[in-house]
Amino acid sequence: MEKTVNQKAWFLVLPVLLLVAFSAVIPLMTVVNYSVQDTFGNNQFYWAGLEWFKELLESERLHNALGRQIAFSMIILAIEVPLGIFVALNMPKKGFWASVCLVLMALPLLIPWNVVGTIWQIFGRVDIGLLGYTLDALGIAYNYTQDSFAAWATVVVMDVWHWTSLVALLAYAGLQSIPDAYYQAAKIDQASRWKVFRYIELPKMQGVLLIAILLRFMDSFMIYTEPFVVTGGGPGNATTFLSIDLVKMALGQFDLGPAAAFSLMYFLVILLISWVFYTVMTNLDKRDGV
Amino acid sequence: MADASLNKTASRGIALPKIKGNVVVMVLYLTFLLLPIYWLLNMSLKTNSEILGALTLWPNSLTFANYATILTDQTWYMGYVNSLIYVVLNTVISIAVALPAAYAFSRYTFMGDKHLFFWLLTNRMAPPAVFALPFFQLYSSVGLFDTHIAVALAHCLFNVPLAVWIMEGFMRGVPKEIDETAYIDGYSFGRFFVKIFMPLIASGIGVAAFFCFMFSWVELLLSRTLTSVAAKPISAIMTRTAGAAGQDWGVLAAAGVLTIVPGALVIYFVRNYIAKGFALGRV
Repeated sequence: MEKTVNQKAWFLVLPVLLLVAFSAVIPLMTVVNYSVQDTFGNNQFYWAGLEWFKELLESERLHNALGRQIAFSMIILAIEVPLGIFVALNMPKKGFWASVCLVLMALPLLIPWNVVGTIWQIFGRVDIGLLGYTLDALGIAYNYTQDSFAAWATVVVMDVWHWTSLVALLAYAGLQSIPDAYYQAAKIDQASRWKVFRYIELPKMQGVLLIAILLRFMDSFMIYTEPFVVTGGGPGNATTFLSIDLVKMALGQFDLGPAAAFSLMYFLVILLISWVFYTVMTNLDKRDGV
Repeated sequence: MADASLNKTASRGIALPKIKGNVVVMVLYLTFLLLPIYWLLNMSLKTNSEILGALTLWPNSLTFANYATILTDQTWYMGYVNSLIYVVLNTVISIAVALPAAYAFSRYTFMGDKHLFFWLLTNRMAPPAVFALPFFQLYSSVGLFDTHIAVALAHCLFNVPLAVWIMEGFMRGVPKEIDETAYIDGYSFGRFFVKIFMPLIASGIGVAAFFCFMFSWVELLLSRTLTSVAAKPISAIMTRTAGAAGQDWGVLAAAGVLTIVPGALVIYFVRNYIAKGFALGRV
């Protein structure tokens, strides 16, 4: 659609600008302020310059948390994206059962994140949870509060349970937009099921899949509540991801300086990825001529 | 004619042989999704002695005592009331400020519009953990700590951008000629917007409101940090009890089930827009 140039449109945007400035810019300024100062209590602050940033960049604690975070995001992407596509391909195309599938699949997406944690905390317990009990009965040693592998497996399966439907729903929306004529042409050419997928469905899903991957990457990169409820970051530090570590530092130990420097670097990473996301998306919009 | 018959045979030829495989996959996947939820529901209907006793696949001694505990104990049910208050406040604020902005983005170009649109997006992508501490200090200093409006405003951080993006997506689908005709007919901007434009994008407003409601409802970190007693949300009350020794599992499960209810009630109406909402209106 052709848009008119109209500078007065700024007035329509003004309320949003003011509100988001209040809830984003002011807090961010306090963070910047803390990140360059040191305190010995009593609200006495001293200029610390870039000391905190230097200290954090060399801190093993941050490196470990970042490593765990990247590993977690990569693992869940590697599982959720193919599984989501596979589920979308198997969903009914229309009618009553399509509605049933949509509603049931969306259910985990609407559950409060701490309840997601609670559900899996209970489900995985050896004494009262179905999963834990079954694994135990099969003779598999499983205890997510003590064994770091079990903790990781629980957190990963929980995330797959929670968010695979998002990928599936997006892929499904992409599949729905493919005209029937494409399938008929493939049928005439006697294309195999794999070739239909590779040369018709996958290219047509490209746009939505990109959104799905980036959304899942973002949200898994800032995951806090679910693993916090299930494992509390433990056993030891095994499932302490970036957000959990940051909250520990900021609200638990009240180390304002390092926490603020940590926040800024965390935010910059997210900003960079958002920018990539935005550029790719606007280019796709342009190409499709929406 | 030939085309139509080809169409029939083609769709039959593709659909029939793999129906069974499809059903198996979907049944397996849905079972995986629903089993943990069923287990929570199952536990919420059991007595604690049955929960801690031998594992039973369904409640042998069905009880609603756990739900009764929550609905009669003020420290429990006020959590739901508090959550609902700030969630509704947040939804109203978000939609009210996002409506004109979404209209501006969908209709006009103006200086810095692309940068502004991107800047909004970065707020949706900002980790709440980064904002927890500064929010705590900001709202404490202006005397809003432990109030509903504080949480509502904090959640605007990610809900306003979300609402703008979703509604912009819907508004792009409304042809601009409608605006122009209305102006020629002598409508003022305000009257046109309320009387003609808003009914046209009613479904968009509904979807945006649903997603604002949902993302505010599921969030824990900010709402927990910004409240202590008077505005404590249900999610924070649940985590507090989860840490206690001598856990009351039945009540915890019942509280969990009750938090799923609001989403489950309206999910049917937005089922076709769920993908669009999660993808910020870009599908």
